Amino acid sequence: MKSATLTQGGPGRARLARLLSRREYQSQALFLIILVLLVLGAIHVAAGNLEESSGKSGFAFLWEKASFELGESLIPYSAGDTYFRAFVVGVLNTMKVAALGIVCSTIVGLLIALGQLSKVLVISRFCRGYIEIVRNVPLLLQLVFWHTFLIRGLPTVRHALSPVDGVFLTNRGLYLLSPVAEASFVPVLLALLGGAVLAAGLCFWHRRTGTIFPFWPWGLLVTFLPAIVTMIIAGAPISWDFPELKGFNFKGGMTISPEFTAMLLGLSLYTGAFNAEIIRAGILGVPRGQTEAGLSLGLHPGQVMRKIILPQALRIIIPPISNSYLNLTKESSLGVAIGYPELVRVANITLAETSQSLECISIIMLIYLILSLITSLILNILNARTAREAY
Amino acid sequence: MSELVLARAPWWRRLYAELTRSPLSAVLNIAALIAIVLVLTPFVSWALIDATWIGSSGDACPVTGGACWAFIGAKLRLILFGRFPYEDQWRALFGAIILVALVVLSLNPAFWRKWLLAVWGVGLGAYGILMWGGVFGLSYVESSLWGGLPLTILLTVFGVSFGLVLSVPIALARQSKLPVFKTASIIFVEAVRGVPLISVLFMASVLLPLILPDGFTPGGLGRVLIGLVLFLAAYMAEVLRGGLQAIPNGQYEACRSLGISYWPMILKVILPQAFETVLPAMVNLFIGALKGTSLVVIVAMMDLLGAAQAALADPKWIGFYVETYVFAGLIYALMCGSISWYGRQTEKLLRDMRGNSNDRG
Repeated sequence: MKSATLTQGGPGRARLARLLSRREYQSQALFLIILVLLVLGAIHVAAGNLEESSGKSGFAFLWEKASFELGESLIPYSAGDTYFRAFVVGVLNTMKVAALGIVCSTIVGLLIALGQLSKVLVISRFCRGYIEIVRNVPLLLQLVFWHTFLIRGLPTVRHALSPVDGVFLTNRGLYLLSPVAEASFVPVLLALLGGAVLAAGLCFWHRRTGTIFPFWPWGLLVTFLPAIVTMIIAGAPISWDFPELKGFNFKGGMTISPEFTAMLLGLSLYTGAFNAEIIRAGILGVPRGQTEAGLSLGLHPGQVMRKIILPQALRIIIPPISNSYLNLTKESSLGVAIGYPELVRVANITLAETSQSLECISIIMLIYLILSLITSLILNILNARTAREAY
Repeated sequence: MSELVLARAPWWRRLYAELTRSPLSAVLNIAALIAIVLVLTPFVSWALIDATWIGSSGDACPVTGGACWAFIGAKLRLILFGRFPYEDQWRALFGAIILVALVVLSLNPAFWRKWLLAVWGVGLGAYGILMWGGVFGLSYVESSLWGGLPLTILLTVFGVSFGLVLSVPIALARQSKLPVFKTASIIFVEAVRGVPLISVLFMASVLLPLILPDGFTPGGLGRVLIGLVLFLAAYMAEVLRGGLQAIPNGQYEACRSLGISYWPMILKVILPQAFETVLPAMVNLFIGALKGTSLVVIVAMMDLLGAAQAALADPKWIGFYVETYVFAGLIYALMCGSISWYGRQTEKLLRDMRGNSNDRG
């Protein structure tokens, strides 16, 4: 039977026939056909529905004028700019809160992890309790709570709370003193840079000659002394702009909106609890013998931590923690619920205004997909490097 | 020696020994304890000592006083059940209990038998009758009225169970040697895992009506469920893939040499072992799903968080948001905590079972 099909047509047709007679190829072909039919059907129905609602489609609307304001933005934006610019503002706001959130959540995670590993029982139990509670309450609830607290619990501008000079907590936002560069800013900065380069050079030279350049006190001294000397000669490089109550609001300094504060607080505390578990697992994952071996070779505890424990712990920590960073970036989309103008919020307002749902949602998905891809790329490079360093 | 003595000492003696292991540690413990007490005292006095427990409106609670639990008392039914018809709320309660019971049963590997499917069928039937009504003298309740804690439980249980069912073929396809299935699975899983849940929910609630013909579009609840199931399925498939990879090749080879064909091998040999390996990760996903259901608030549904926010809108009670969110957060924390406790118990049970069978073999 098989030989009969083989001899019927040319070798190409025979091969095709043989392929088609195998079950796995039949099932794959069937799957593809059904998938294509479903997609075509969906497109057909969607086209009909769109025509019915006389909606436009395509991304041309991005160059039309948007009529909404956004609470905060890193680039100048106001109503009347294009939708495209609004989306750029959204992406920048997402990146801003994600970047700061990643830094803060790592610090929170490190502190809680070290607390949990502490020999002091009360501290370790307290940190355990923090993790158990914060991890088990939805992030959205925490965000909404912080936001409500910041706009309802804090006093009005007139009765602003000022725990430290130059810091005002009000229900309209945080007012902080902001640094202003003086004339001596550039020379002091250059001196600092020069000191750092010198210290790095000395460190490198010592390493080549096989000795260790002590960080304390020489490293610090070489790094900071030039800057301090310049400062004494040229004066302080930075002065502070204090916020002052003028009329109905504060002028000067910088303002941090309650939405941004709530986002940063919520994301850092929530993701921090997850990071704490990851960091703890990483530190515990390095066998105790490594510490003992390092100490018995005559290294300081600090050197053991830096040169032996940390590089090995990082190898365990980096993959899960970068996943956690990615989660934080995606979870910053919850800003839509409290009015922080990040990507999803901008897309949501645009969707309501232009009713171009298909386009807006695909923009959200595309940008997050790109962010995910970039993160996993960086992760892979980092992972490869830590794996290589180990050998 | 002292360890041996301590092991038999009462717990307070052991705790004392642990706290005072060295003079330094004793001092640090006391300092930490004092710091924590100082931090927690205002909170405890707010929550318990200065709190108002009884009252019929916001005037009962002094502005500068402690927590106003009277508010929670007055709004309890609204927070817990949302807009479900008041006299019929017992139905939502029983429905939720049925779902929880089904999950508790299913999480135990000892019950992974065929009759479990029958139990699920009966349970879901009873659940549908209770929630929708319209028969046996029960009045009809539209699904848009379902809300509060029962809605949170419904979304979680249905999202997780359907997601689990859907995740099996996706994970198998990703393991498969057939390029079409493998590619489709990779694209689906990576695309869903790369975007936030809220965008999937938006897509489900905005896009589904667009691409489905008129009359086939599910209601708001159905659309949200579809989005949730697709989202969870991608994550579960990824977890399950890890479990499938952990299964030694010998298992497949043994099946082949015994002449067992593909599907019986997968269903009876491979999947039970894979699920056992990934149980802890699945429990974590379960907790994530429970927390994730709170996002349906953003697409205008009233789950536990949404109902809590709705309770805050009463002009007779202004400004008791801390109490409300603490209460709702406590419910979430209790639910998630008990799931993770149950997961740990099951894990221990499984480890003991496996340890015993290894001893015998």
